[in-house]
Amino acid sequence: MISLQNLTVGYGEKAVLSDINQTLQAGQMVCLLGANGAGKSTILRTLAGFLPPLSGKVLVDGRDLNSLSVSERSKAVSVVLTERVEVPYMKVADLVGMGRSPYTGFFGTLTKEDKAIVGEAIEMVGIGNLAERTIDTLSDGERQKAFLAKALAQQTPIILLDEPTAFLDFHAKVSTLRLMLKLAHETDKTIFLSTHDVEMAIQLSDELWIVQDGNISTGTTASLTESGILERFLQDEGISFDEKELTLRIR
Amino acid sequence: MKDKYKLKLLTLLMVLLSIANVLWGSLDIPVGDVWQILCGNEVEGHPAWSIIVLQGRVPQMLTALLTGTALGTCGLLLQTAFRNPLAGPSILGIDSGANLGVAIVLLLLGGTASIGNLALGGHLLVVVAAMVGALAIMALLMILSRLLRSQVMLLITGVIISYVTGSIIQLLNYSATEQGVHSFVIWGMGNFASVGIERLPVFCALSCLGLLLALLLIKPLDALLLGDRYAENLGIRIGRVRQMLLLVTGLLTATTTAFCGPISFIGLAVPHLARLALGTSYHRTLMPATMLIGANLALACNLLSTLPRDGSIIPISVITPLIGAPVVLHVILKQKNN
Repeated sequence: MISLQNLTVGYGEKAVLSDINQTLQAGQMVCLLGANGAGKSTILRTLAGFLPPLSGKVLVDGRDLNSLSVSERSKAVSVVLTERVEVPYMKVADLVGMGRSPYTGFFGTLTKEDKAIVGEAIEMVGIGNLAERTIDTLSDGERQKAFLAKALAQQTPIILLDEPTAFLDFHAKVSTLRLMLKLAHETDKTIFLSTHDVEMAIQLSDELWIVQDGNISTGTTASLTESGILERFLQDEGISFDEKELTLRIR
Repeated sequence: MKDKYKLKLLTLLMVLLSIANVLWGSLDIPVGDVWQILCGNEVEGHPAWSIIVLQGRVPQMLTALLTGTALGTCGLLLQTAFRNPLAGPSILGIDSGANLGVAIVLLLLGGTASIGNLALGGHLLVVVAAMVGALAIMALLMILSRLLRSQVMLLITGVIISYVTGSIIQLLNYSATEQGVHSFVIWGMGNFASVGIERLPVFCALSCLGLLLALLLIKPLDALLLGDRYAENLGIRIGRVRQMLLLVTGLLTATTTAFCGPISFIGLAVPHLARLALGTSYHRTLMPATMLIGANLALACNLLSTLPRDGSIIPISVITPLIGAPVVLHVILKQKNN
């Protein structure tokens, strides 16, 4: 479980979002929604430990994230980023093996146990047949699954993903989100991701975080619909939101 | 298993090339006599041969071996650190920083002494100056690499740095003595013979130190393949690793440049040859392979430099671009096709 206590996030002097008090439960897939520039990436970067909080705390299973060493943090939070990684000759199994880095010895050699964990992670995301392929030969969807497997191999209670469904085709978007939902439920991890695929997010996720006008509203799709927050976030002069079907329609 | 086999093969090749470097030189000495000299005997009627073999060829072979190893390793570290397949000590201008340091010492301070007969103290000064120059450029590149998004921009910056240091060196030439200019020009041709038996221990110590430190970076370098953010999330202390990279690449470039002159393309080409040979990006196997291929390439270049059988030698800086440039072209073409 992660709890954000009086957390203010931002860069240098400039606060992007202030005084956040929220919790992320284990075993749930939570989607972070918001317009570009609303502060989604800032929250994710702070939760990953890349960016120090301006004030307040992030507690991971009761421990202050910012007081953890780099090595301890690598066993608490794993990430999947948007930046494209190009490494010649790197196989899927090698990439997933990188997830074991926090646990390996001085030269990073994988033990038998590590290799078993890597194999298991690759099976969990359903790309066992691709293990020996190099990552530059994968489709975007397969690549995203390989990085998700890397995060699983890192064996952290929390996985953060920055727009994992961007650049994917429609089918890959749905299957990636479904996979993450399944993994969150099966492994009891917190999977927290930002996305612009709002329609899929409201239909699939366990909980939504909506960043709007400097505030964060959280809750299930049902509770946010009831309170009208979802409608206020989604609806504008060009788009209408169907509360029953959880779909968007262009006016 | 397969990688281990290849590494063994490369080691064997290195041993053979090392022996060849001692057996063949610009002066024809019968193989049997070289063997006699190595066994501690003197060849009758040719007392100079002992000096040529023991104080010339053996140190020169060791120098070539270590320089190739150091430059290849340096190129590998730079390519991973900047995530740029075309990074290398010469193209990024790091060795031109070392050049400038050497030029200041040779042209302004030690103008009357050629590098070959500088006293050990003077020579250390050259090394320190090269080190300061290399580290300064490396630090500048590290700062710029955070500001510059594009990999090409960083390479262009390196080329610009080389031009600027080149200009400063030209300007220094005006205020230097003729002899100073001469010794700097000779040094600039690159030569594995300039270390010699007296300075060999210092050269060995400095380059081995750099190589050992490089081996300590294997795990963080693997993580850096994925980029800074991923590496940090995998438990790597980026700041400290960057400082170590700065130190190691600076030390290796400065040592080789100060002792042997600027030697281009080995640093850039060798890591690619190693990747091609092993089909991996992992430093656990890639770094040893890079070291071995670097040593082999430098030893081969040294052999080639003695080809004119009249006692003269071809400068190393003439040979390495001929070997390195095709490799670099191959890398560029492969990139374009992706």
